[in-house]
Amino acid sequence: MNNADKKRLLREMLFARRFEERCYEAYVERKIGGFLHLYPGQEACCFGVMEAARPGHDYVITGYRDHVHAIKCGADPKEVMAELYGKETGSSKGRGGSMHIFDVKHRFMGGYALVGGPFPLAAGMAKAIKLKGGDEIAICFLGDAANNQGTFHEALNMASVWKLPVLYVCENNLYGIGTRIDRSTAVTDQYKRVAAYDIPAAQVDGQDIETVYEAAKVAVEHVRSGKGPYFLELMTYRYRGHSMSDSNAYRSKDEEKEWANRDPIYILRDRLIEAGELSEDEYKAMDKTIIDEIENEVIKFAEESPEPPVEELEKYVLAENDPWVHGGVK
Amino acid sequence: MAEMMFWEAVRRAHDEEMARDPLVIAMGEDIGVAGGTYKATQGLWDKYGPERVIDTPISENGFTGLGIGASFLGVRPIIEIMSVNFAWLAMDQIFNTAAKVRYMSGGQLEAPVVIRSPGGCAHQLGAQHSARMEKVFMGVAGLRVVTPSNPRQAYGLIKSAVRCNDPVFINEHELMYNMKGEVPDGEYFHPLEGSEVAREGKDVTLFGYNVSVHWCLQAAEILSKQHGIEAEVVDLYSLSPLDRKGIVESVSKTHRAVIAEEAEPAVGVGAEVMAILNEECFFELDAAPVRVSAANVPVPYNHGLEKAAIPNAKDVVEAVLSLYGR
Ligand SMILES: Cc1ncc(C[n+]2csc(CCOP(=O)(O)OP(=O)(O)O)c2C)c(N)n1
Ligand SMILES: [Mg+2]
Repeated sequence: MNNADKKRLLREMLFARRFEERCYEAYVERKIGGFLHLYPGQEACCFGVMEAARPGHDYVITGYRDHVHAIKCGADPKEVMAELYGKETGSSKGRGGSMHIFDVKHRFMGGYALVGGPFPLAAGMAKAIKLKGGDEIAICFLGDAANNQGTFHEALNMASVWKLPVLYVCENNLYGIGTRIDRSTAVTDQYKRVAAYDIPAAQVDGQDIETVYEAAKVAVEHVRSGKGPYFLELMTYRYRGHSMSDSNAYRSKDEEKEWANRDPIYILRDRLIEAGELSEDEYKAMDKTIIDEIENEVIKFAEESPEPPVEELEKYVLAENDPWVHGGVK
Repeated sequence: MAEMMFWEAVRRAHDEEMARDPLVIAMGEDIGVAGGTYKATQGLWDKYGPERVIDTPISENGFTGLGIGASFLGVRPIIEIMSVNFAWLAMDQIFNTAAKVRYMSGGQLEAPVVIRSPGGCAHQLGAQHSARMEKVFMGVAGLRVVTPSNPRQAYGLIKSAVRCNDPVFINEHELMYNMKGEVPDGEYFHPLEGSEVAREGKDVTLFGYNVSVHWCLQAAEILSKQHGIEAEVVDLYSLSPLDRKGIVESVSKTHRAVIAEEAEPAVGVGAEVMAILNEECFFELDAAPVRVSAANVPVPYNHGLEKAAIPNAKDVVEAVLSLYGR
């Protein structure tokens, strides 16, 4: 990773942070409804892994905390914000919402709200890749608590027994909503659990993007070379509540402070400043440009976009004019 | 037209579709090396190999989800769930993913999977192997539900379902795999929507689907021979969507209706057909429609109790006679 890459990644992570913070405000203003799960604190996980993969080429799937993953794959932030606003111009045409961002043309295969749901879907995409003979891989980003679902065990077993090209990334932020991992999970080191399925695994610091990137390079190479699945556990922390309705009362101030000191954006920023690659002023200017861009382009687009027409309520339930419904074309 | 058994028709549909398109795959428990519990995939493993005829672990939600994920990328999986009772475990992926992904992605993604599963009551299999779950599947938007009553439909419905871009659940019946029937020699694609008049009549309409079509046909025979009543039998092979138009058309002619279902009455096909009759042709009715349903009990093991729990042709005859106050 050279300095230009690092600077670009710093900008991307900062953009993601500001984007999410702006979502928070829009939610408070009631422009965004439903459940809203934000990503601040975990940015190095998504950006570090995807830097080692091929965004737009590899198939990515995740849970409900999905805005940033979509954007990193290539989704237009304007469309993601418009989706949160429920607009027709949104990435899912306002039918999905925050938890269901899709951008299939960039191979972001969706955010899913059922905890653990994407595990087998990712294995299935990997099965399809294998059948079709492509060099893509499937990447599944999920949380730590998701690993207590049956789908985790079912999917990892199948991925291993069929040697499927799928990378499972566990963003271990130590909590499933308000339940700390050691209160719900017998083996708190998640990478150890996949030994049961004979899948190679690693656990690294998820706050340092360079560390994530190096570990992800090994993981991606393993999967892409046809050796089967890989499991990468990234130790991280979310800075906000689980969702907007979370009082966040279950974590100690000390713990929060400890992790705030390991902010992935500041780690990278300080490293670049120390190396003389970036100045404080440059960073501040970068931040300002981002904030302005989000306000003047992203939010503006979402605000000004039209609502989906009510006449199209039933569009997208089933395929349109599928000839096989009537026994094919005669 | 050649006669073949139901399982042979299912197998033939698999074979033809797999020969045509290398992205059509079959998956399920014991469908490969073992050839399938009901022989429906016999010989396919030898012909197409383990990458396309996949013996899955006993992980219903997992392998159904895997098939759905593969379908996102254009693969056409035909998933066999060994018994519909086990499909409860896969409901998460069927309902939460397959049925909703087109909608919640704003039309970007689709899940063209075919899920086949035998349900119904066979003989003394007990409560956990006798579920009739069509009512559960047909209540959810985004999923097509069809249910064949004979080998021709079994063959043609699979053929169309594989090619259709929607997820399709095919509700088969454990007792029907050895049933014989005519199947066209050439390729045949059965429509996924609509209904079929299995027997014409003018006095009363008997609605059936899957196994209950046969009770209705037997009942129609008895009614004609012994009671001078000419019953029309309508085969509702598509449960979602139900054929509103066909249902109304027949009852507008006969003015009387009986719905026969193997399932418990609540929230079922009978209830739904009655609602349609209420909404669409209330003033055409000469008598209040009647449904013939299973007893509202977990299916018992004991032979006599099981028989008492599940309706048959005689019950359909009695229901019809009740419409005439006989
Ligand atoms: C099947 C299911 N059960 C419960 C929930 C409610 N729920 C949403 S997120 C969540 C916690 C998940 O935690 P984790 O997997 O660690 O991901 P994180 O939110 O920490 O990123 C729960 C219990 C759900 N959405 N789906
Ligand atoms: Mg978590």
